[in-house]
Amino acid sequence: MTGNMIMNYSLLILFLPLAAFLIQIFIGKRLPRQGDWVAIGAVVTTLILAIAMFTSMLIGHEPHFAQEASFTWLDMGAFHIELGFLVDNITITMLLVVALISTMTHIFSIKYLEGDIRYSRYYAYLGLFTFSMNGIVLANNLISMYMFWELVGVSSYLLIGHWFEKESAADAAKKAFLTNRVGDIGFFIGIMLIFSTLGTFVFSEIFNGIAAGKMGGSILTFAGVGLFLGAMGKSSQFPLHIWLPDAMEGPTPVSALMHAATMVAAGVYLCVRLFPLFTPDALLVIAYVGGFTALFAATIAITQNDIKKVLAYSTVSQLGYMILAVGSGAYIAGFFHLVTHAMFKACLFYGSGSVIHAMHHALHKKHDHDTDPQDMQNMGGFKDKMPITYWAMLISTLAISGVPLFSGFLSKDAILAGTLSFASHHPGHFLLPVFGFGAAAITAFYMFRLIFMTFHGKSKMAELVDDIHESPKEMTFPLILLSSLSIFIFYTLPYFNPFSDHGWFMELIVASDAAVPGNPSAHHIAEGIHHAHYTAMALSLVVAALGIFLSWTFYFKKKLSADEWAEKFKPMYNLSSNKYFFDENYNKFLYKPFLKLSALVAHIDWDLYDKYFINGFGRVGKIISFFTGRMDYDGLDQTIVDGIGRSARQAGGVLKFLQTGRLQTYMLFALLGVVVIVLIQSF
Amino acid sequence: MMIDAAFWFIVVLTLGSACMVVLNEKLIYSAIALLFTLFGVAALYVFLWADFLAGVQVMIYVGGILVLIIFGIMLTNRITSVNISHTSVQKGIGGMVVLGILFVLGVMILNTPWLHTEFVEPAQTTATIGTLLMMEYLLPFEVASLLLLAALMGAAMLSRRDD
Amino acid sequence: MDSLNTYLFIASILFSLGLFGVITRRNGVAVLMGIELILNAANLNFLAFAKFGGMNISGHIFALFVIIMAAAEAAVALAIIINIYNNFKTINVDDVQELRQ
Repeated sequence: MTGNMIMNYSLLILFLPLAAFLIQIFIGKRLPRQGDWVAIGAVVTTLILAIAMFTSMLIGHEPHFAQEASFTWLDMGAFHIELGFLVDNITITMLLVVALISTMTHIFSIKYLEGDIRYSRYYAYLGLFTFSMNGIVLANNLISMYMFWELVGVSSYLLIGHWFEKESAADAAKKAFLTNRVGDIGFFIGIMLIFSTLGTFVFSEIFNGIAAGKMGGSILTFAGVGLFLGAMGKSSQFPLHIWLPDAMEGPTPVSALMHAATMVAAGVYLCVRLFPLFTPDALLVIAYVGGFTALFAATIAITQNDIKKVLAYSTVSQLGYMILAVGSGAYIAGFFHLVTHAMFKACLFYGSGSVIHAMHHALHKKHDHDTDPQDMQNMGGFKDKMPITYWAMLISTLAISGVPLFSGFLSKDAILAGTLSFASHHPGHFLLPVFGFGAAAITAFYMFRLIFMTFHGKSKMAELVDDIHESPKEMTFPLILLSSLSIFIFYTLPYFNPFSDHGWFMELIVASDAAVPGNPSAHHIAEGIHHAHYTAMALSLVVAALGIFLSWTFYFKKKLSADEWAEKFKPMYNLSSNKYFFDENYNKFLYKPFLKLSALVAHIDWDLYDKYFINGFGRVGKIISFFTGRMDYDGLDQTIVDGIGRSARQAGGVLKFLQTGRLQTYMLFALLGVVVIVLIQSF
Repeated sequence: MMIDAAFWFIVVLTLGSACMVVLNEKLIYSAIALLFTLFGVAALYVFLWADFLAGVQVMIYVGGILVLIIFGIMLTNRITSVNISHTSVQKGIGGMVVLGILFVLGVMILNTPWLHTEFVEPAQTTATIGTLLMMEYLLPFEVASLLLLAALMGAAMLSRRDD
Repeated sequence: MDSLNTYLFIASILFSLGLFGVITRRNGVAVLMGIELILNAANLNFLAFAKFGGMNISGHIFALFVIIMAAAEAAVALAIIINIYNNFKTINVDDVQELRQ
């Protein structure tokens, strides 16, 4: 495929969803089937184009393929902004992921949102999201990335609040948007720091500038941390993770598309794109934030009973993994995990959507509107009723837990190897691999807990089981497709070795060297990872097995009672099930003091400043104005202003008699004037 | 000598009839006095070697404008009423102002150093005027014809009874 | 007698008489006659300058244009007078004083 074609394809992939959005938002309601075929047609076309580009990438087999195109957007003398696209192997892979998950979401939503009141608008927003996500992926500069970044935020806001009649959904949408804003401020500061130092927004020029030593030291670290703050918001890293679990208020397919596979991965994508500019200090911050998030979110997921909340915290944890990978230098492993995670996590969400859909219908039949259809405590024994959903979710769970033969094993293994290698070079940071392995064990535990509680054992509401049915094929098709994509073979082709990530991915997507002088080179990092590979694999197998075994004893065999253990570790259990009281603490330590501060400021402003200072001025002003008023009215107005008026009036009263209305009188006066003027002139 | 006598006779005739025009109480007499004034002016034109303009003066003023004015008098006054008279207003102050203007004009005429270039009597004024009108003054000539057309149409339009 | 000043004095007297008529006459038609006198005075001046002041034949042309204009003016003025007569049943200009204060 020629470079020109690549660009044309990319532009089509970018703008087709936008066209679908415009059609849907303006005339969607009047089209047959509310126009869902427009959106689906557009997104399927982008999928076909993405597959074509991907195939040509595989055939071309150029690890350093890159194509750039840009145009001038703003030109104001010294201030010059170019917008443009960068298409390389990472871009193409990411485009395929976005197009694939987006297509699956569109198809899944046909049934899931059947009969929804804002069906066409839902599809319109999906189109807007796909457009903006593709924009992020294609951007070759910080400005257009920032624009699309905000657009993604908007579409996320719109879709989380899709059922805005529910107060919790509207609140969640606001929370997501505002929390993202906190991160975006950092992002913007980072962009401005870079622009003010290097005078450019384009990635390649930034890297060149840094490599040439034009920017470095603490300012670059600050810029890097600022940019990472944006990624933290979008990828919901600690402590900005609070919005993602609440975002589950949105429709489940949306959660699958945005809050599991693509949008939240944008933060990771940003870090992957900008990896060369991070200084060692910034990378350390990134690694610790990611590692801590991975472990911390996993511990919350253990105790959640809402099936979507479990998945949400799992997503936060997995995103932490990817960030950890970036921080420890193995950023290609992080991107690899992004791709594999997109598949199995989207599949898990679709699975949960399928289960919720079934529960919802069963409850509807029973006219039970109080029971929560998302609560796992009401589920159980769905295995035989929903076989496709069960198997798809099981495969994805195996993948996320890091069991060999599945994609998650490969990518997780690469990340863990990266952290191990990092720790072996910097023994002081031994906590990073501990975070990683700990999170891996806990992930395996809570994911199998989810499977066992949902599909095995006996339902707590036995009367429901009869009414549980497998979902229609529009919903099972994405499940089947995505779960099969969780098998290792798709990532290791053309090789067939389930224990090595060696394959097209690692051959085509190669790490580039850090631009910051002094950072270890890509080759150096790859070497380290290679050395740590088998150690990491063995350890990760052990921890995954441990997690699965514990889960099996607790929730399948019930040899150990979960409730008793919860009782034993009551304080810890409470912490976890209440999400470490984050919302409460934010409320207590951020919002409430802020409100108090605002009240105090208002008090000072109103009761002190206004009352004494402003009002004092007012009183003095009033007295002065009384005198000036008197002077003005009695002196100026009455004598001068009114006096002039009166005299004019009197003069007019006299002069009006000159206005005889007689033409000849006027003429006489005119002539008189002529005579007088001539006389004056001549004498 | 004869020419001098004739000249002064014509001057007296012109100014005397002009006085009649502005002072006579009866409108129709004023009109007839105007006839003599216009004739007198035409005769003065002849003294100024403007034979063509003298003819034009007689034809347009006497044959056209004066007839128009008499029509105006007839149309706007009841012809049966014995006294188609018209009074004057502000005669005193008006007279003073006019005398003032006359005085100013006279002083100006006497004090202005006029350019005195005698010009030879033209052989044929009519042909020269015709050539000039068609050559140098073509544009004003055309504009004048437009003006006449517009005036005619405007006059017809104004005097039409609206019904 | 045959000098510029003679003609200028004749013309200025004619002009003053016309002006006097315009100012003092109550009848609209008489005012119009005054205006004709003024125009004749102007024409007399043009021709006097043509003979003595070096204006040559151009003076004749100007006089011609003045006559043309006078004809047009007379036509329009009479139309206006007739219109006034139709509206006010008088042509005494001092009875037509809608502009009075």
